[in-house]
Amino acid sequence: MSQLAAAASATSTGEAVQFWVLGTVAVLGALGTILLRRAVHSALCLAGTMIILAVFYLANGAYFLGIVQVVVYTGAIMMLFLFVVMLVGVTAADSLKETIKGQRWLAAACGLGFGILLIAGIGNASLKHVNGLGKANSGGNVQGLAALIFTKYVFAFEITGALLITAAVGAMVLTHRERTERAATQRELAEARVRGGKQLPPLPAPGVYARHNAVDIPGLLPDGTPSELTVNPTLRARGQIRDVSGEALGELKALEQRSQDWLERTEEEAKK
Amino acid sequence: MENLIGLLVAAPLLGAAVLLCGGKRLDRVGHWLGTLLAAASFVIGAVLFADMLGRSGEHRALHTHLFSWVPVGGFRADVAFQLDQLSMTFVLLITGVGTLIHLYSVGYMEHDERRRRFFGYLNLFLAAMVLLVIADNYLLLYVGWEGVGLASYLLIGFWQHKPSAATAAKKAFIVNRVGDMGLSIAIMLMFTTFGTFAFGPVLSSAGDAGEGKLTAIGLMLLLAACGKSAQVPLQSWLGDAMEGPTPVSALIHAATMVTAGVYLITRSGAIFNAAPDAQTAVVTVGAVTLLFGAIVGCAKDDIKKALAGSTMSQIGYMILAAGLGPIGYVFAIMHLVTHGFFKAGLFLGAGSVMHGMNDEVDMRKYGGLRKYMPVTFVTFGLGYLAIIGFPGLSGFFSKDKIIEAAFAKGGTEGWILGGAALLGAAITAYYMTRVMLMTFFGEKRWVPDADGNEPHPHESPKTMTIPMIILALGSLGAGAVFSINDTFLKWLEPVTGHAEGHSPVSALTVTIATMAVLVIGVAIAWSQYGRRPVPAVAPRGSLLTRAARRDLLQDDFNHVVLVRGGEQLTRGLVQIDHTLVDGAVNGTATAVGGLSGRLRRFQNGYARSYAVSMFGGAAVLIAATLLMRAV
Amino acid sequence: MNPVNYLYLAALLFTIGAAGVLIRRNAIVVFMCVELMLNACNLAFVAFSRLHGNLDGQIIAFFTMVVAAAEVVVGLAIIVTIFRSRHSASVDDASLLKL
Repeated sequence: MSQLAAAASATSTGEAVQFWVLGTVAVLGALGTILLRRAVHSALCLAGTMIILAVFYLANGAYFLGIVQVVVYTGAIMMLFLFVVMLVGVTAADSLKETIKGQRWLAAACGLGFGILLIAGIGNASLKHVNGLGKANSGGNVQGLAALIFTKYVFAFEITGALLITAAVGAMVLTHRERTERAATQRELAEARVRGGKQLPPLPAPGVYARHNAVDIPGLLPDGTPSELTVNPTLRARGQIRDVSGEALGELKALEQRSQDWLERTEEEAKK
Repeated sequence: MENLIGLLVAAPLLGAAVLLCGGKRLDRVGHWLGTLLAAASFVIGAVLFADMLGRSGEHRALHTHLFSWVPVGGFRADVAFQLDQLSMTFVLLITGVGTLIHLYSVGYMEHDERRRRFFGYLNLFLAAMVLLVIADNYLLLYVGWEGVGLASYLLIGFWQHKPSAATAAKKAFIVNRVGDMGLSIAIMLMFTTFGTFAFGPVLSSAGDAGEGKLTAIGLMLLLAACGKSAQVPLQSWLGDAMEGPTPVSALIHAATMVTAGVYLITRSGAIFNAAPDAQTAVVTVGAVTLLFGAIVGCAKDDIKKALAGSTMSQIGYMILAAGLGPIGYVFAIMHLVTHGFFKAGLFLGAGSVMHGMNDEVDMRKYGGLRKYMPVTFVTFGLGYLAIIGFPGLSGFFSKDKIIEAAFAKGGTEGWILGGAALLGAAITAYYMTRVMLMTFFGEKRWVPDADGNEPHPHESPKTMTIPMIILALGSLGAGAVFSINDTFLKWLEPVTGHAEGHSPVSALTVTIATMAVLVIGVAIAWSQYGRRPVPAVAPRGSLLTRAARRDLLQDDFNHVVLVRGGEQLTRGLVQIDHTLVDGAVNGTATAVGGLSGRLRRFQNGYARSYAVSMFGGAAVLIAATLLMRAV
Repeated sequence: MNPVNYLYLAALLFTIGAAGVLIRRNAIVVFMCVELMLNACNLAFVAFSRLHGNLDGQIIAFFTMVVAAAEVVVGLAIIVTIFRSRHSASVDDASLLKL
């Protein structure tokens, strides 16, 4: 404990090394979050950045927050994000092409100006004296926080509790769909399909009979072209379909070659 | 006695109400009822006059308060009457001449099926006119003023089936409206200046008010007088007003209503005395009009229009005298009264001639009528002698005094005004002699009227000749009665005040000069119309004659300046409205629309664009904070 | 090393997050960028806590986390709902505010 307290009040060389190394990674993670095309990658980059921030919290003597950051943020919130990404956004990668005229330039200018101003503000501020958390954390970090939360910040704490409950209820209300009509029966669905003139029998299965049965391989039509109907739309949207039609032809050709070779040999043998 | 004052108005008002509401069953007696009530009013006036004579000069005025009319806070308008010597003079003139003309109309309008209505209007006029002169405040005077305007309108347009009469009535009404605006503005100014508009307080404290305000009030009153009394520049309606029946021309447009302007100026004497600029305007208007009317009178072949020009001219004399201030007020009123006699007599004579000549008004188609209409000839002749100022007759005394007073104004102004008045006297002698010669002397130039009826000139019935004779007697003797011992002067002096002017020329000189121009005027007229036969068709004449025949281009002037000018102004305003006002409005709309169109592009609906603005705003806030800290 | 460096890092991360909000169209990624900004703030709070020598900064960071958790729950619920009705998670598609 005393070691940790000392770490909180002083800035050792070790911390400096840790800051520069992990800080760089954190910035790279942040850039990855905003620049990678796939939402899943963005989420993973963000999770990495958050874990690094958790380490920084620990380095700054905020032990409780460091743990909470890992457990709540990285563990719960980011998983929630990934869950939603899987639910809605996994089919296609974002196009990074800008559609609003001048938006990117404006955003860059604003971001640059804002960053410069913030950094200039911090540089201007007189923050030379570092008090350190040695004294505040002397009774233990969690105990110190608890003492504050349940005395000075008790009302804010209670209100955030109310906020959380409201948010939970709100999320339920938003996502809950009231069924306003009777669910369609199987017969009705079948009739609707007939009326709609769509695919009546079950969709053809993927894979080429007896050779490939993986879900990412479309079935081949009699003329050898692949049928899109046979594969999952998500895979189709993500462009993850393996086309084996050419492969089959190539294999056929190779077989013919081989048989030809074999036949020629037998002819020669026959001549002999 | 005070209680009788209200009856002066009530009697003719009752007559008007009964005659206008009574319906056809009154057709047979209506005219006599109207005449009777007019006479009743005159009798009441005479009784009051006798009573007034019984008191000394300072205590002759009577006041009576009928009821409070409009009591609103500090604003107080009463129906109250004031009968002093000035009002008395007018009352007697109005009701006296009015009664005579009622009597005359009984004969003149005999064949008109709407005679009852005519008498109703005449009674209405008498009531309004008497109200005008006995009101004790300007607001009540204004009621009478509008009332006579209404009666005048109704009577000019009495033969409304003639488009010319209807138009003339409208013209008179509209031109008078300009003057009426002047009077109402003057009353408003009085109220703001004095806090009241009763004659007593206003006139007694007139000297205390600022001269600028008094000048403004005076000019507005002058505008009112110009409208009602047909003075330049609002003179154009009087000639056309002759479209009305001749008794109307005699009563309203010669003897009484048109003199209301003179009454107004004389009554407001205290205001004009304290505003010399306004007085100058008054004398200028008077001098210009007396020449204007006289010149127009010279060129007209229509006997009534010639007399109308003469009326305008004579009222010009009165206005001139009234504008001279205390040296002229009494003579203005005196001329007014004598003019009331002789001009009414002349008009009645003209009416009598027309009556005998199938309503022909063109003097070139008269001639030699003296043998056929002896009474008319004699009475008309007496009126003629009176108006040209033949020594001993009434016009001589009153006009001579005005010319003297004009010279007595002093300085260059006096010479100009006196000269104008003298010139006017010469022209008066000329045109009246012309009328006389063309009508009663020379060859017969009669022609059948449109229906082919040969005229058979004959003397008019008794109801018409008796009023003419009475008026002729007035023309003959009124001036002398008034002037001997300065009776009229002493009578009016307590009301109007009087000051003797210091004339640069002696009274005798003026009289001789007047006689001389009189002779010259008559001689010229005789040489043109007496010595040689009058052409049946008017010769082309000089430029001035042709202009005078067109009333010295008054209507052309009005048309070009007022009508065209108004049209141009309106067009200009429309143009301004279209380009400037609408332009500003539409321009603003276009500008806002265009700006909105530009601004709308910022509202592209993309949350990210809004986020950029927010982010930029945050950056600006930080920059501002840093700047403030740096400072 | 001066602990102020943590603040610089926080500013940098915050700016990167903000830029991400501005340039990304996928609502989920935008939401992640918001989370990144919140975390940057938290880092700054923690660093301030150390600089000042008291725990109030950590308390604020703690509350931020709680609020962020609530926000994520509601926000993701909204995104899912929008995706259900519009079959798209692009923030540009939900531009019904413009004419």
